[in-house]
Amino acid sequence: MLDSVRPHFEEGGKLSRFWVVYDSLETFAFTPGHTNKTGVQIRDGVDLKRTMFMVILALVPALLFGTWNQGHQYMLSIGEVSLSDPLMTAVWDKLFIGAIKVLPLVIVSYGVGLGIEFLFAGMRGHSINEGFLVSGMLIPLIMPIDVPLWMLALAVAFSVIIAKEVFGGTGMNILNVALTARAFLFFAYPKQLSGEIWIHEVAASKAGGLLVDGYTGATALGHLASTVGKSPTEPAVSGVMDMFASGGMYSFTNSFFGLIPGSVGETSALAILLGATMLIWTGIGSWKVMSSFLAGGLAMGAIFNVLELNAYMTIPAFHQVVMGGFMFGMVFMATDPVSASQTERGKWIYGFFGGFLSIMIRVFNPAYPEGVMMAILFMNVMAPLIDHYVIQANVGRREKRAALAMAQRLTA
Amino acid sequence: MSRKIRIRKGADIRLKGRPTKSVDAAASTATYAVQPPNYHGIVPKLEVKEGAAVQVGSSLFYSKETPAMKFLSPASGMVKSIVRGEKRRILAVIIESDGKNSALALDEIDVATASSESIRTAMLSHGMFPFVGQRPFADVANPSDTPRSIHVSGFDSAPLAPDLEIVLQDRLESFQAGIQALSALVGGDSIHLGTCPGQSFYDGIKKAELTTFDGPHPAGNVGVQIHHTWPVSKGEVIWTMHAEDVANLGDTLTTGTYTAKRTVAATGSEHPAPKYYQTHIGCEIASLTAGKTKDSVRVVSGNALTGNHIAADGYLGGLDHQITLLPEGNEPKFLLTSGWLSLGLNTFSLSKSYPTWLMPKSKEFVMDTNTGGEERAFVVTGQYESVFPFDIYPVQLIKSILANDIDAMEKLGIYEIAPEDFALCEYACTSKIDVQDIVREGLDNLKKELG
Repeated sequence: MLDSVRPHFEEGGKLSRFWVVYDSLETFAFTPGHTNKTGVQIRDGVDLKRTMFMVILALVPALLFGTWNQGHQYMLSIGEVSLSDPLMTAVWDKLFIGAIKVLPLVIVSYGVGLGIEFLFAGMRGHSINEGFLVSGMLIPLIMPIDVPLWMLALAVAFSVIIAKEVFGGTGMNILNVALTARAFLFFAYPKQLSGEIWIHEVAASKAGGLLVDGYTGATALGHLASTVGKSPTEPAVSGVMDMFASGGMYSFTNSFFGLIPGSVGETSALAILLGATMLIWTGIGSWKVMSSFLAGGLAMGAIFNVLELNAYMTIPAFHQVVMGGFMFGMVFMATDPVSASQTERGKWIYGFFGGFLSIMIRVFNPAYPEGVMMAILFMNVMAPLIDHYVIQANVGRREKRAALAMAQRLTA
Repeated sequence: MSRKIRIRKGADIRLKGRPTKSVDAAASTATYAVQPPNYHGIVPKLEVKEGAAVQVGSSLFYSKETPAMKFLSPASGMVKSIVRGEKRRILAVIIESDGKNSALALDEIDVATASSESIRTAMLSHGMFPFVGQRPFADVANPSDTPRSIHVSGFDSAPLAPDLEIVLQDRLESFQAGIQALSALVGGDSIHLGTCPGQSFYDGIKKAELTTFDGPHPAGNVGVQIHHTWPVSKGEVIWTMHAEDVANLGDTLTTGTYTAKRTVAATGSEHPAPKYYQTHIGCEIASLTAGKTKDSVRVVSGNALTGNHIAADGYLGGLDHQITLLPEGNEPKFLLTSGWLSLGLNTFSLSKSYPTWLMPKSKEFVMDTNTGGEERAFVVTGQYESVFPFDIYPVQLIKSILANDIDAMEKLGIYEIAPEDFALCEYACTSKIDVQDIVREGLDNLKKELG
């Protein structure tokens, strides 16, 4: 069937301008019958499509859980279900509410992003790269549930064009594309993004008097940020801290399982770690980046635990790393091979400082409750520098050896 | 006392079609070819015309740069044709064999007592020098250089590669004579012979330092062995030679007869009966394929990672010791059945994104010549490094070559490498980049730059 319409798209055909579209659809359905010409005669079965698909698979637990959790949070906030109800109560309703919010985000993200990719590929005359298949799924997962769709579309357009295409497309970008979208919204629409959009319709519920006590629509990090600069003994502060104690709304258990408000995909450490297992198992996500990122976060958390200068610092390190976007950033953002360090030794350094800075920014600067985003973007920029020094060490070793060999030749 | 070195990086490609241990004499072929493009960097100057009578050991052409470097005929008979390509480049000199194998008598050399200079001269005039390779540049060595050391790999770790113990059985004395001759060029302790674990075959060899390399492919690549025993630095030249060519060298010098023997491993899933054939350099491929090959089969002279695609009526390459018959992969693959979304139970991959990595190590796979995807920019990292056992950053080196930044190439270690060392990187590459071509281009540019 594809073959029969092929002539229209080829050079000179009436639809030749849409060759990229045809080509990408054809290569999507069929791995082309290209054979190796020179060099190796056989090649590995893996290609970029397979690799990207594996990442999408790894995102599925976070996506499904996130969809459910958004419904769950909504029903909790209006008192339809209570914290003491079994989690499976009204599971279909929760999934449905989540899905009608999450699906449009996914569709807009893919629609806008792929549209721009097609446009640029057509202009440059090269085939569509698979990079956006993952970015397009990551972006909705790090968005607040009630983000207006036009805002999302703008953020996607901005990040795909500015963070990726101007650098030459997939593989050439310096910053992580998905995080750039989030950062764009954070700085372009700070009011809207820090507002009451983390739980579906929380503002309307409040206006209608439906909101259950304790629900403000703020995330765990939002609550914690409000304590900074205040004495730990203030009632407002101790009230917040109680929510993080065992049995509270943001207890370690709730945070780990993800039963808290937050961006669509980021809340459940468990679902994310399932994805991480798969990425490490298939060797696609770098275990070095993930483990050093975690180590960095725990180290900073532990230092704060020792210092205890304010209430925020008393949150145990292991609790810090399951809150906010830390886990999601660690598994799906920091490991982006294009924007991370490319040398194996560099990956350890890159990951460690990524995790370290995430917690530091989060605690030191309440204006940036989501320190992970800032930390990873910063490390993206630093990654080439890290690589430079790692490679220089290697170059230096080689030069030293050459000098020694030269000296030996001269004496001989 | 041999050193033992563990090679941790690399991978064995579990390709189907291993040769059985039996060695057959190949049917003598009607024609033979000596193909100048096999000897990288050589510009040939013909010494014979079509129709000229030749004997085994008659000079067919010499190197323009070093006229003393002769390329000899592996058969006796007559020059049937000279095949030229674009810009009249000589692709092959075809010899029609008379079946007699009458040989020209060359000078006999006593390898135990001959001087370095007389051995060097004899290697050039006896047609053995084209089989000497060098680092840097990974091409035919320059006879005016004085090599720091000479390295020979005693085993081949490439997919379906010949077992050199079978290739050299009954030829150990010739091999020793060859080593003896080479040692005169560099001094006694500068010949290095790489062996694999458990190998006692070479134990009696004198004049060479033995080192055992334990690990997956490319542990058998001479470049890897050099890197781990005595790495090449800028300003140094080292020579390499294939073990079978060392034995040919020994025979040629001691008997005064040009010896161009090949014990070829005929391999691959499409070979009806994979085994070894005894033949000569430049023989017709058809004599090694046990019958006519189908159009859907690709004939590769060499192994599946570094060999050349040749026509079914082509000739064995001058530096090749193996042929591989692979199924052509020119049919599109539907995504669900055998493409990128398939379960992939028959898709071998080093990436672990197919479940085949869970299968027992003994399972072997049929692999076709499909690229398995389209070329993309570099995305995945760490992939080259895991199959590249050098203290060199492969991706960064390749990028410096693409940018034609000679200074960066030098710093990143281009003196130590050959295209074949990157073969596994190219195999594993998710982005389907032609790594070996890039490396070859970089080495050629470097040579041009250095003059």
